[in-house]
Amino acid sequence: MGSFIVRRLWHGLLVVFGVSLTVFVVTRLFGDPVSLMLPLSASAEQRLAFAQQIGLDQPLFVQFLRFLGDLATFDFGQSLWQRRPAIEVVFERLPMTLMLIGAGLGTAIVLSIPLGMIAALRPGGLVDRIIVSTGLLGLSMPQFWVGLLLIMVFAVQLRLLPTSGMGTPMHLILPAVTLALTPLARLTMLVRSSMIDELNQQYVRTVKAKGLPFSHILRVHTLRNILISFLTLTGWELISTLAGYTVVVETVFAWPGLGLTAVQAIQRGDLFLMQAIVFVIALLIVLINIVLDIIFKMIDPRIDLN
Amino acid sequence: MSAIVSSKPRNPTRLAVLRGLLGELWHDKAGFVGFVVILLIVAMALLAPWIAPHDPAAQNVIARLRPPAWLPNGDWNHIFGTDHLGRDVLSRVIWGARSTLLIGASVVLFSGTIGVIVGLCAGYAGGRVDSVLMRIVDIQVSFPGILMILLIVSVLGPSTLTMIIVLSITNWMIYARQVRSIVMSVRQVPYVEAAEVMGCPPRRIIFRHILPNLITPLLTVGILEFTNIVLAEAAVSFLGLGVQPPATSWGLDVASGRDYIFMAWWLITFPGLGIVLTVLSINLFANWVRVTTDPQEREKRFAYSKTARRMMRAASEKAVTQ
Amino acid sequence: MTREILLEVDHLKVDFASRAGLVQAISDVSLTVHKGETLGLVGESGSGKSVSAQAVAGLISSPGTITGGDIRWRGQSLLGRKGERYARSVRGKNIAMIFQDPMTSLNPLMTIGNQLGEGMRYHLGYSHAQARKRAEELLGAVGLSAPARRLDQYPHELSGGMRQRVMIAMAISCEPELLIADEPTTALDVTIQAQILELLASLQQQLGLAIILITHDLGVVAGLCARVAVMYAGRIVETGDVDTIFETPGHPYTQGLLRSTPSLEGTDETLLSIEGMPPSLINPPPGCAFLPRCPIGTDHCRKAPPMQDWNGSVVRCWKAGTNAWLPGVMLEPAAGL
Repeated sequence: MGSFIVRRLWHGLLVVFGVSLTVFVVTRLFGDPVSLMLPLSASAEQRLAFAQQIGLDQPLFVQFLRFLGDLATFDFGQSLWQRRPAIEVVFERLPMTLMLIGAGLGTAIVLSIPLGMIAALRPGGLVDRIIVSTGLLGLSMPQFWVGLLLIMVFAVQLRLLPTSGMGTPMHLILPAVTLALTPLARLTMLVRSSMIDELNQQYVRTVKAKGLPFSHILRVHTLRNILISFLTLTGWELISTLAGYTVVVETVFAWPGLGLTAVQAIQRGDLFLMQAIVFVIALLIVLINIVLDIIFKMIDPRIDLN
Repeated sequence: MSAIVSSKPRNPTRLAVLRGLLGELWHDKAGFVGFVVILLIVAMALLAPWIAPHDPAAQNVIARLRPPAWLPNGDWNHIFGTDHLGRDVLSRVIWGARSTLLIGASVVLFSGTIGVIVGLCAGYAGGRVDSVLMRIVDIQVSFPGILMILLIVSVLGPSTLTMIIVLSITNWMIYARQVRSIVMSVRQVPYVEAAEVMGCPPRRIIFRHILPNLITPLLTVGILEFTNIVLAEAAVSFLGLGVQPPATSWGLDVASGRDYIFMAWWLITFPGLGIVLTVLSINLFANWVRVTTDPQEREKRFAYSKTARRMMRAASEKAVTQ
Repeated sequence: MTREILLEVDHLKVDFASRAGLVQAISDVSLTVHKGETLGLVGESGSGKSVSAQAVAGLISSPGTITGGDIRWRGQSLLGRKGERYARSVRGKNIAMIFQDPMTSLNPLMTIGNQLGEGMRYHLGYSHAQARKRAEELLGAVGLSAPARRLDQYPHELSGGMRQRVMIAMAISCEPELLIADEPTTALDVTIQAQILELLASLQQQLGLAIILITHDLGVVAGLCARVAVMYAGRIVETGDVDTIFETPGHPYTQGLLRSTPSLEGTDETLLSIEGMPPSLINPPPGCAFLPRCPIGTDHCRKAPPMQDWNGSVVRCWKAGTNAWLPGVMLEPAAGL
């Protein structure tokens, strides 16, 4: 177990290094941080001074080492837009995003298991076909569009819910529903198909031959056995949500989380803030993956971590 | 025996196979509708200059924010209405299909090529090359997807070309994994092993034995990836970092309609429907492809079908009357 | 021999829906199992022997369905709405089953102890501790070493033979009266096969268990069974005492089967296979299913032959007793009849 965690940490370190290298290469070799971050009106002296300040006059190798050193100490530089350390902004906004994810993904997880199971009980039946086609439709709709439609219906037409921002629990409903949509569709489809597969396994036949009731088979055997694939996809959806869905949904609903901040940072050319966000999210992803692997090991005795 | 017979190229048989496939597609109603809608969207994109009633960029300040034709104040000249600059929504939706399909197809082509090459190298060379390449795949899979894309695009400067490049270099991993696993398993098939032992040159083995086994799985992955790319393009364009005006894109149009959400629902609805229709019909078609290329899946699918249930009911009833 | 009748299968018929059409997996199967006896059910793969067993154990589910006949346990039907409730109290408790592939027949994510115990907890109302204690005894009884340690192991930690022993322990845990063994040794190494069969034989002695042993191996039948039923293309074609049938097989198919089985004595008779393939079970023609492969079939055989008594066995053939593979030679009825 110990050596396994060490290896996962090593892998995580490589991921973070890969992200650093990519960001460094893109920003320093293909892009020009100075013209990106300073307004067009900045004078030549100002540009030079800024370049020196962020160390662009050093050789590339030295720049990269300094870059890595800064990352290791969580020093991402000053946010030009907020005029304070970028990492401060990140930690201030992260809880909002986590709250939104908790509500959205939580809904998706809670609903997907019963929906998928109901569909799997009679594959090809009416209920199954309704759930599958709705799921397919859900997977085909872009989240930003669904969000805007929800605003049009519930906020503009029916005036039931606020259009955007945060404050009351009512503010959370529409963004959470929007965020839940894609994960819910995908998880439901997965529960359905893996449940169908699992019920066709030979061992289920053994349990049936033992004369145990169907509810026992579902509860004690199959539900537990699809847990690994369910958690794998849940982890994947959590990662996609952290690194993508929230950006779109927070933008649509002006939810002041990390995703909206990322878009604002880009619009304002605030490269340092953007880098800080990308790194914190990358670290979270690494962490999620490690936790998942440990959980898998606990569920499935066959997984050999070596 | 049958393998020898079927490997002979015969055109009539191929035609029959094609006709058989089309017949089956007809039976899967959803897959058939999906297929037809895809064809229509492709035709729409190709013929955009001829079928679009207006120039998608032509502004008309007098005819701003006209509702769709069937509503009061609507105008049959602008069936889906006009936007805040008086541009024709229908024409923009038709032209928008171009960006979407162009970006989707190029990205699938480029990322697929990268992935296939990496997968072939890893699977064929094995050993250290394999472990290094697959480690790179593992690492890149854990990158923070859209956020990373946004960062890169903002540094490079948004444009259709940037979009294609960035999406291609961030979406090749799935092909590499798939190709590698197939190559690994094909190489263990006795006849390929035999060919290798006999000193058959690697290029020949790859082209004769390995590539044919890759086509169907790659087709399925490619089709599904296409939908992912369409959704990613729409999202990035919506955020203002994808396709740039004066070019059109469905995501971009939804974004510009957002400011008029209180008065002009059609600005958001129609471009969005374009995305939904495209992705949904591809999904339906992909579903059919997956089932049809997998005999086991086919039989399973049949077992759950209405036909099977009807068959069983008929059998029981017959037994009772006897 | 007037022993208590446990199980009666009466003209059972099972159909499966498939893409190619309705498969009549079994079209006429009748069996009787008495208390404590071993019945061999023999046939090629696809002849319907496993389907028959699954029907008895209540394992036929979509796309398959029982379309005719009856299954009775101690005279009471297990089919129909009323029968199903009765069946639930019988299956797993009075009728137990073990399967061909012990590698996949156990839940990979559950400990051996829990899988062994769940039946006893449900049917016998044992507590967790009671079930665990009994499970340990059972593992010992089926010859597993260190039974206490096995309880907390997972299936993947055991070999195929050990898993089949676990399956057997599980099957006898509720002290059933009938054990259905569906090719219990096919997936195992030859040396292990013999051990498992021995175990079954000794358990039968100790517990007075009736066994339906499904196999394609006539050698196994000869060693273990008192009576045998031979299946072909979804029907029972011959049934009777093992000794009688091995001595004087009545049906051409049984004769062919025996002719293609190496005998243990190792006499240098040539082994001959039956030419041709079993017929498709989709829309089978009326009449004898063996006709296309039968050397003595005539136009008369296009009419379905009934089961008829011949020489102490029951045979489904118009020409029962003709030596099909040496035309013109009639088999001698066994002495003493």
